[in-house]
Amino acid sequence: MAHAHSVKRHKGLMDWLTTVDHKKIAILYLIAGGLFFGIGGIEALLIRVQLAKPMNDFVTAQQFNELITMHGTTMIFLGVMPVIFALMNAVVPLQIGARDVAFPFLNSLGFWTFLFGGLLLNLSWVMGGAPDAGWTSYTPLSSTTYSLTHGVDFYTIGLQIAGLGTLIGGINFLATIITMRAPGMSFMRMPMFTWTSFVTSAMILFAFPAVTVGLVLLSFDRILGANFFNVEAGGNPVLWQHIFWIFGHPEVYILILPAFGVISEVVSTFSRKRLFGYSSMVFATILIAFLGFMVWAHHMFTTGMGPVANALFSIATMLIAVPTGIKIFNWLFTMWGGQIRFTTANLFAAGFIPTFVMGGVTGVMLASAPADYQYHDTYFVVAHFHYVIVGGLVLGLFAGLHYWWPKMFGRVLNEGLGKVEFWTFIIGFHLTFFVQHFLGLIGMQRRVFTYLPNQGFDLMNLISTIGAFLMGVGVIIFLVNVAISFKQPKGVAGDVWEDGRTLEWAIPSPPPEYNFKQTPLVRGIDAFWKEKMAGNTEMTPAEPVGPIHMPSPTILPFVMSVGLFIAGLGFMFTSDDFGNSLLNFLFSNYIITGIGLAITFGSMLLRSLYDDHGWHIEPEEMNDKGVKA
Amino acid sequence: MTTPHAQQASGALPHEPEKATLEGRNKVLGFWLFLGGEAVLFGTLFATFLTLRNQVADGPSASELFSLPITAAATFILLISSLTSVFAIQAMHRGNRTSLARWLGITVVLGLAFLVLEIYEFTEYIVHDDYGMTTSAFSSAFYTLVGFHGAHVLFGILWISILIGQLFKKGLTVVTAPKVYVSAMYWHFIDVVWVFIFTVVYLLGKVVG
Repeated sequence: MAHAHSVKRHKGLMDWLTTVDHKKIAILYLIAGGLFFGIGGIEALLIRVQLAKPMNDFVTAQQFNELITMHGTTMIFLGVMPVIFALMNAVVPLQIGARDVAFPFLNSLGFWTFLFGGLLLNLSWVMGGAPDAGWTSYTPLSSTTYSLTHGVDFYTIGLQIAGLGTLIGGINFLATIITMRAPGMSFMRMPMFTWTSFVTSAMILFAFPAVTVGLVLLSFDRILGANFFNVEAGGNPVLWQHIFWIFGHPEVYILILPAFGVISEVVSTFSRKRLFGYSSMVFATILIAFLGFMVWAHHMFTTGMGPVANALFSIATMLIAVPTGIKIFNWLFTMWGGQIRFTTANLFAAGFIPTFVMGGVTGVMLASAPADYQYHDTYFVVAHFHYVIVGGLVLGLFAGLHYWWPKMFGRVLNEGLGKVEFWTFIIGFHLTFFVQHFLGLIGMQRRVFTYLPNQGFDLMNLISTIGAFLMGVGVIIFLVNVAISFKQPKGVAGDVWEDGRTLEWAIPSPPPEYNFKQTPLVRGIDAFWKEKMAGNTEMTPAEPVGPIHMPSPTILPFVMSVGLFIAGLGFMFTSDDFGNSLLNFLFSNYIITGIGLAITFGSMLLRSLYDDHGWHIEPEEMNDKGVKA
Repeated sequence: MTTPHAQQASGALPHEPEKATLEGRNKVLGFWLFLGGEAVLFGTLFATFLTLRNQVADGPSASELFSLPITAAATFILLISSLTSVFAIQAMHRGNRTSLARWLGITVVLGLAFLVLEIYEFTEYIVHDDYGMTTSAFSSAFYTLVGFHGAHVLFGILWISILIGQLFKKGLTVVTAPKVYVSAMYWHFIDVVWVFIFTVVYLLGKVVG
């Protein structure tokens, strides 16, 4: 294995398969997340085409069920989560002045398990039918009685594997932020994006194991014939709803908190002002995370939990509006009196604020349990959660991508094209989802594959479809912008926006492999801004120049994830008849599952037996240009 | 009691070798976080079990099924193994590799004894009572909760055995010490989970019904 001071450096594809560098893993997350985001987007467009006119027969009811299920599942678990992880990987270690994350190996493992879980889930399209019980997969609809294909099995197994990756990523970022901060970087000096990443990681840690158990129970019901949700044998379908939502509600805050962090960074940078109410922002973030675990049953008001439970969950839900309101006002007061520059990133951030407020307002409306009986399962709910997830999170992610793109790739995105993209996307967004509030209020049910004409649904559905395609155009403009940016030579200025406040702007774009040649000394909030205001052009180093220890690249995380993928497929098809005695023998005796698990645990064993001593970058190998601190 | 100081003076091994390096400290912290996630995992399994505890359908109920002497013995064995893993960590802090490996070995043997009793119990139910995963909601919840714990014990046995081998091959160093330390944390965790299983599954099932 690796010896100190020398290590085999991989090139090309092997470099990407074996990398443990957080900056490269960020790019992998971005590519994979972008791919799944594209798939989920195409599914959304197919849904909108089907609903464009009444009694349409563009897709069948079964295909429609598969499309809505996969659209929701793909977007949440495989689209936006990895893009969030891409930003966290690209930015958090730089913002805290670290050379790497606490567990580079686990970082890589988290990515590959997510990717193979996502691939497994999407394989369902070509292996007998996608999951069709909605992204919430409520029992008994998702039981073998009503969901006949292997679709839901792909859902349970694929999400278990992908969820494992997310959990690993969450633990890694918690440990990184706790232990790897540069000298002087106290918790209350951390940039807001790092704070929200920290809190989101904590939520992942306590929310994802719950859904893992739920998915295990559902897969045991479907594959091993267990009775958790089977009423005939004493099972309880409401149990699934509780387990799903005790994960599912924290999950929406897991998604939105990093976007809050991005907006805080972008708004403050482009207002040339310190973030207004930093401490209250930290407090609000933690409070949202705490309350986020207390409100899951507001998804179940119509399940029949009784008035006391409904009232309590109703009040708890409305309480979340308070810390969220604190954040909204903090952003507004940050912009107030600032020297605002409307770059593309800041346009997305400014567009985020009113759009998210609208989603928040409908959220408070839905929190009222008696009124929810009217809204439940209508397009009003669809409009609400798309306002918070697309109008909130996706706008936040676009703001973050435009803001940190130069740092990640050393190239800027075209501002003119970016503005066209913003306006196309946000106009398309409001066209798509604003009318859906009214569709819901006049009675259009969600998850129906078609509707009768002349109920007042026709025009609004057509408008919604047109808007959806406009959003698609916005995304295509972004992709064109990305393609154009790669025509530029690499290596824009380190502080490319000139008003950079946090540590990532103190080093070159893209950063060298070791990030900081010398660990910087942090002397306040917005550490780099503080140095610039003191007349310095770079950070004050906290250590002399010396050799830097780096972890070795490794293929094991990739192999471990392949093992889980094989084991998952094997487990899913244990009771199938392939019409081939060898295949039947291999699957029904858990031999394929066993091989997969052997690959995974064997790789774990190798990782334990052969210690990675890493390697060193010597000072003379470091590029001197502007990398001090 | 001069041993640790003597060792430090000779540059051999610090008093708490598991926390001597940043990697070691990260590993211990990361493992605490992982155990937090594991606590939620078992918490959800317990919640499921408590929900379905009396949903026995046509199958036998808990009080008809369980036999306390076997599980009480298993509990006793597992609690003792937690104690021996504490002795192992104390030996590690004294820098005594042989004693460390010996106590870890005893921990593994006790873990194996526990597992044998559990497998015996499961076989009794499945073969003699024809009581399986598919019998009732209660049986599904029982096998899943207790089986998850059993799988954790099996993983711990294999893990600690491999670490004993590494102690002989690589010695007790600042690299191997954090591994031993987190495996002991893991062992305590599955012991604590078992205490809850014994109470919630067996005592509640047998005594309260």
